[in-house]
Amino acid sequence: MSELEVVVTGGQEIWRGGESPYAIPSKKLGMWLFIVSDSITFGAVLFCYAYLRLASPDWPTPFRLASIENATIMTFVLLSSSVTMVAAVEAAKAGRIASSVRWLGATMLGGVIFDVLHIREWLGLIHEGLRLYHNDWGSSLFGAAFFTLTGLHMTHVTIGVIYLFIVATGFRRGKFTSDDVEISGLYWHFVDLVWMFIFPLVYLLSARIR
Amino acid sequence: MHDSSKPTTEHHHSPPQGFLWTHVFSLDHKVIGKQYYFLSLAAVLIGMVLSWLVRFHLAWASAAIPGLQYLSKVGAPGGIITPEYYLSLLTLHGTLMVFFVLTTAPQAGFGNYFLPIQIGAEDMAFPRLNMLSFWVTFVGFVVLISTLFVSDGPPISGWTAYAPLSAIGTDAGPGLGTGQVLWVISIGFFCIGSLLGALNFIATTLDLRAKGMTLARMPYTTWAWFITAVLALLAFAVLLPACVLLALDHLGGTSFFIPGGLVVSDKLQPHSGGSTLLWQHMFWFFGHPEVYIAIIPGLGITSHILTATARKDILGGTRVLVGCMVSIAFLSFMVWGHHMFISGMNPFSSLVFSVPTLIITIPASIVTLNWIGTVFGARLRLHTPGLFAIGFISVFVTGGLSGFFLAQPSLDIYLHATYFVVGHFHMVMGVAAIFGMFAGTYFWFPKMFGRMMSETLGKIHFWVTFIGVYCIFMPMHYLGLAGNVRRYSAFVDDYLAPLIPVHKFITIAAFVTGAAQLLFLFNLFWSMYRGKKAEENPWQATTLEWTVPSPPPFDNFGGRHPVVYRGPYEFAVEETKDDFVMQDSPQQPARS
Repeated sequence: MSELEVVVTGGQEIWRGGESPYAIPSKKLGMWLFIVSDSITFGAVLFCYAYLRLASPDWPTPFRLASIENATIMTFVLLSSSVTMVAAVEAAKAGRIASSVRWLGATMLGGVIFDVLHIREWLGLIHEGLRLYHNDWGSSLFGAAFFTLTGLHMTHVTIGVIYLFIVATGFRRGKFTSDDVEISGLYWHFVDLVWMFIFPLVYLLSARIR
Repeated sequence: MHDSSKPTTEHHHSPPQGFLWTHVFSLDHKVIGKQYYFLSLAAVLIGMVLSWLVRFHLAWASAAIPGLQYLSKVGAPGGIITPEYYLSLLTLHGTLMVFFVLTTAPQAGFGNYFLPIQIGAEDMAFPRLNMLSFWVTFVGFVVLISTLFVSDGPPISGWTAYAPLSAIGTDAGPGLGTGQVLWVISIGFFCIGSLLGALNFIATTLDLRAKGMTLARMPYTTWAWFITAVLALLAFAVLLPACVLLALDHLGGTSFFIPGGLVVSDKLQPHSGGSTLLWQHMFWFFGHPEVYIAIIPGLGITSHILTATARKDILGGTRVLVGCMVSIAFLSFMVWGHHMFISGMNPFSSLVFSVPTLIITIPASIVTLNWIGTVFGARLRLHTPGLFAIGFISVFVTGGLSGFFLAQPSLDIYLHATYFVVGHFHMVMGVAAIFGMFAGTYFWFPKMFGRMMSETLGKIHFWVTFIGVYCIFMPMHYLGLAGNVRRYSAFVDDYLAPLIPVHKFITIAAFVTGAAQLLFLFNLFWSMYRGKKAEENPWQATTLEWTVPSPPPFDNFGGRHPVVYRGPYEFAVEETKDDFVMQDSPQQPARS
């Protein structure tokens, strides 16, 4: 009928009705849409961080080598958990349920270790006097932006661990399919990817290494 | 669970039993659509009463409104509205209207009800999420209304909640403590509801279309809801964190939006380092797409109804109309700064934001010209929905024209923060979207409730409203040019005193127009129970919602799987005896 139609249906006049036209199940599409929306949310918070940092002449750079090392280990753990997630999806697609659940367990463990290291680091900074509204090093907005941004990410990791737990138990009982494992993987990789922005922008750019 | 090789018929579910599950916690998109619609109706009535109070005060500043003292002893002692309470009422009016009316009814209300039917689906892609988004929105509504009854009333910071006014608490005025926090919570809930709804709309449109329903065969309304959902998915994702940061400024002692050294009410604020412009950037990055979230469903509804009124497809067809809507939506993310020309932003940025703003007028003008070209020379069937659709074009053009002025930074410096802006956005965003809602209501009422609305009452309603809104909002442009600033509660003894007669005229026009809305309400509820029984296709339209009974059965198509053979608006085709062909009628109809 029109060019648009030809483009959209790949030349077929009528796509085979009742099936997903783009071969993507609704749930997976839903997760992708959530990721689009959530990345805008993170983008907005990162924009705030950058805006306030540029607008503040006295932005503190408090992360010593130990902090950077800690954050590097966190990054390594989170990246590794993405690898185990890939293995979990691979196993699920191949029908190896027990193996997939084990890999999911490893992924969750990675998330938990990340959270523990992160909270330890938060407590250290709080001990040094960093607050949401105050710090001794410079602009008070550092604490506000730092806790908001990393807190938002930490919430995502924690929700991700709970989500993976639900998927893993459901998958073992046959309630969920390998597709659900793949969808939870999309979420996990996204949370991982966000950290790849936070780590350089927040930690590396605020390092105090002499 | 939802494997790609399985047909979508697994969405087939059996109807629930009992009032609670069929009417309150229903998963049926039609019930949820109606819930959204009636939520908006409640919001628009409260919002209208608030606008009456505001208008009354502007015309007769020292006169008492009997009974108002019972709503707020401090805000309206003896029934006379204080300047602060005026701002409180104004904030509530704006917030209710923009969020819970303009964003809710045309998109979430009509969209929920008709998007699945128009694409031949049984329900939305995620029915549970759908129910959740309504109830989250409902909580937001209740929280917002509750601001009327907390200590010092709703916030006085306007629907835009500009920082630092909105961020520093009660030092800056009444309502900015508890009221502002509740406002932030309410809008936060609204964001979550809108995001979930948008996600659902997009997945439904892409995934659940019936056999043969290609993108090019989707009705204009479906396109409009789809595009709006994309806008909402991206825009509300920015307002949500903005609300969280504003809440942190209140509750966590942070200073995201509060600069250092700020003295308010003779008190040095214990904040430093924040940026008030940051709030404006975040708010308007959402706020400008929001304008199109409110108006694009109206564009779709108007185009949809106009085809049935003019008995032909819109000039240019799907490609031009959808192309224009998509480009308007795309550009809407690049122009937020035109709300901030006088904010103290770098003047060079004004130019950067002014140019795309003016470019938006190109697709908007193409749409308008296509409508006019469609109406031109057509044998119009001027039923009430058709009248409102044509009325939409009128107010959209009128409101849009003043946008040309405001898009120029040099003119905007003078016109910003005057009644010119009030007239402009009420006309192009408020009234136009409301006309879209009215058109949709009169058009789809037979399908939603199985009965016809009264045409006589509908036509009276149209003419009073149509003339009324021009009487209200056209003089505002004049007031603005004369230098009448907005958001001031009264103009009794300054250079604006000579303009008070104009305000009185506007107020009287607002009351008359408001009274006509009571006629609409009466028509709505009376027709629901006493109206003439509606047939399947009372307007002789062509899209799928007119192939099912009025009202549609629980699964929309009664177990049937519609197959689409045709474009959405095939009118005046020669092969049939009527002047239209339904979308699901096979390619070669039997000649009669």
